[in-house]
Amino acid sequence: MFKSQFARNSVRLFATKKQPSIGRYTGKPDPATGKYTVSFIEGDGVGPEISQAVKDVFVAAKAPIQWESCDVSPLFINGLTTIPQPAQDSINKNLIALKGPLATPIGKGHRSLNLTLRKTFGLFANVRPAKSVEGYKTAYDDVDLVLIRENTEGEYSGIEHVVSPGVVQSIKLITQDASERVIRYAFEYARAVGRPKVLVVHKSTIQRLADGLFVKVANDLSKEYPDVELQTEILDKTVLNVVRDPSLYKDTVAVCPNLYGDILSDLNSGLSAGSLGLTPSANIGHQVSIFEAVHGSAPDIAGQNKANPTALLLSSVMMLNHMGLVEYADKIEKAVFTAIASAPENRTADLGGSASTSSFAEAVISRL
Amino acid sequence: MFKNGIGMSKRSLASVAAEQLLPKKYGGRYTVTLIPGDGVGKEVTDSVVSIFDAENVPVDWESVEISGLENQEGVQKAVDSLKRNKIGLKGIWHTPVDQSGFGSLNVALRKQLDIFANVALFKSVPGVQTRHSNVDLVVIRENTEGEYSGLEHESVPGVVESLKIMTKTKSERIGRFAFDFAVKNNRKSVCAVHKANIMKLGDGLFRNCINEVGAKEYPEIDVKNIIVDNASMQAAAKPQQFDVLVTPNLYGSILGNIGAALIGGPGLVPGANFGREYAVFEPGSRHVGLDIKGQNLANPTAMILSSTLMLRHLGLNAYADRISKATYDVIAEGKTTTQDIGGSSSTTDFTNAIIEKLKAL
Repeated sequence: MFKSQFARNSVRLFATKKQPSIGRYTGKPDPATGKYTVSFIEGDGVGPEISQAVKDVFVAAKAPIQWESCDVSPLFINGLTTIPQPAQDSINKNLIALKGPLATPIGKGHRSLNLTLRKTFGLFANVRPAKSVEGYKTAYDDVDLVLIRENTEGEYSGIEHVVSPGVVQSIKLITQDASERVIRYAFEYARAVGRPKVLVVHKSTIQRLADGLFVKVANDLSKEYPDVELQTEILDKTVLNVVRDPSLYKDTVAVCPNLYGDILSDLNSGLSAGSLGLTPSANIGHQVSIFEAVHGSAPDIAGQNKANPTALLLSSVMMLNHMGLVEYADKIEKAVFTAIASAPENRTADLGGSASTSSFAEAVISRL
Repeated sequence: MFKNGIGMSKRSLASVAAEQLLPKKYGGRYTVTLIPGDGVGKEVTDSVVSIFDAENVPVDWESVEISGLENQEGVQKAVDSLKRNKIGLKGIWHTPVDQSGFGSLNVALRKQLDIFANVALFKSVPGVQTRHSNVDLVVIRENTEGEYSGLEHESVPGVVESLKIMTKTKSERIGRFAFDFAVKNNRKSVCAVHKANIMKLGDGLFRNCINEVGAKEYPEIDVKNIIVDNASMQAAAKPQQFDVLVTPNLYGSILGNIGAALIGGPGLVPGANFGREYAVFEPGSRHVGLDIKGQNLANPTAMILSSTLMLRHLGLNAYADRISKATYDVIAEGKTTTQDIGGSSSTTDFTNAIIEKLKAL
């Protein structure tokens, strides 16, 4: 019975029935080939291996996508972390990118590459689904959560100063504009994936003005979405409830300011998979969107054909849905989940199986 | 089993309080401020009062009944009473979400009394079915600054700044408290929870203070660090790896709610707030329970166990041992438990079962 429920839900997780009015993909296929061009940032460490798996699966699925390889190794210009111009041009031209894990260069004062990408392309919403995977047992088997995080301001404004020695102020910035676009995207996303509720998670008992503004914007916007139910909940209560019984939120799209979203999205992954290893994500901007695996570059197993490409594959599924290529998305998603569920020899070592990166990709391909 | 945790601690939980600052007894009895608060507060404090009565605990209550819906001056009554008695048992005040009301009275009380250290204990309870077993973690939370500074302004319409204040003094103070707690309760490690990769100055200061205090003053305790999002994920997946966590204000609230969910709900989490002079004992997971108010459904375990922490603070260990043993025994037997942990008994039936158990001990 879990199986049938699983199959039904899995279609609804990433499927985009109607394209949202904000952050919509406006790219056109190449007239010569009929294919859409996607910038592909393969990333560091295990990035090239799992990227190859995605490419192989896309070829087998006959997805109308051609890749444009893209190197984002950061440059430091005037002390600022900067994406190389060719990469910027590629992404701005194609409007969409798939990204493997990047090793953040360690250096004092440099912005992380992920943050740089967000700033460069104005990626205001981070979409993080977390879903139990059949065939990989964790303490929870009924997790099916979607969270959207404000990606540009809040506690991550980067405005901090030492007022006097030993006294620091960090400023959390909440603006009407940034709140509005991310909450609007949440409403649109809820409609698109067929979830009836949007849940605003906040702490306006304590931060009455800042989180109060976020809640107020949501209340105002909800009038434009009479078909979607708006709920608001204090962060404490959401955390308590989701760890107690994640199924309470299976018909909900949660949306929250930056820090709460950062924490809750990782907490959700902890519930669904015990780690970030299987978690896909989308970063949505007005023009450009970038889809990425959340996990790190795992340099310890790089080049050994051991890494699990599931997170990047699921990110590519989110990407196909975002592009409106829903049937390819459904096909690939189903093949990934049924491959994992089928047998231990079709699971990589992180899921307790014996598959290699390439043999797992073959198992997916054989199920397409 | 609770004994292995906080039970064996001496009367020195308020470790920074000097002996002469502890509450005085008159005629062999202590006076304790009792603040039921809102929601289920009245029912669960009634439970404690009737257990104390049945046990002839040498405690007299000075009851302060105000509601979180009242204005800020209301909190003054509670502050005055606590300043007199130096010790209190408290439920949670409700904080309305709408903009019309005043700020949180809970925060106001903590700031006025400078009860800076919040301790909440999350330990698996035998007899309560949960997904994870053998959880035994402590969250020690800075209670007076950070994201709860209450300093906010609207620079122009639609642009709000909210200030998070972190200070060296208060970070060191909470660090010292946490390490002291670890030493006195035979804990092995203290882990600082932070987001210093983003808030490099604010959370960086917190992390550095904890690490320095630990390395210089408590070499016998292991010092660790973890980023708050990773801590949350790990706590949901493998909570057994954690021992004592020390956190700024907001992260403590988040990890505390994860911890409560892991062991079976907020009704099972005891807690306390300590300052230099005052100690206020309240459930470790601060939920008001307005939805089940007045229905005799609430689980008073969190409040009962908080009251046993209070008894230990007063040096009344024998009473504390008996009451906590009786409470754990009734839950383990599973015949008379409240609905939040799978039973069907009322608050008063559960309380009476504990009183019966105490007679047999």
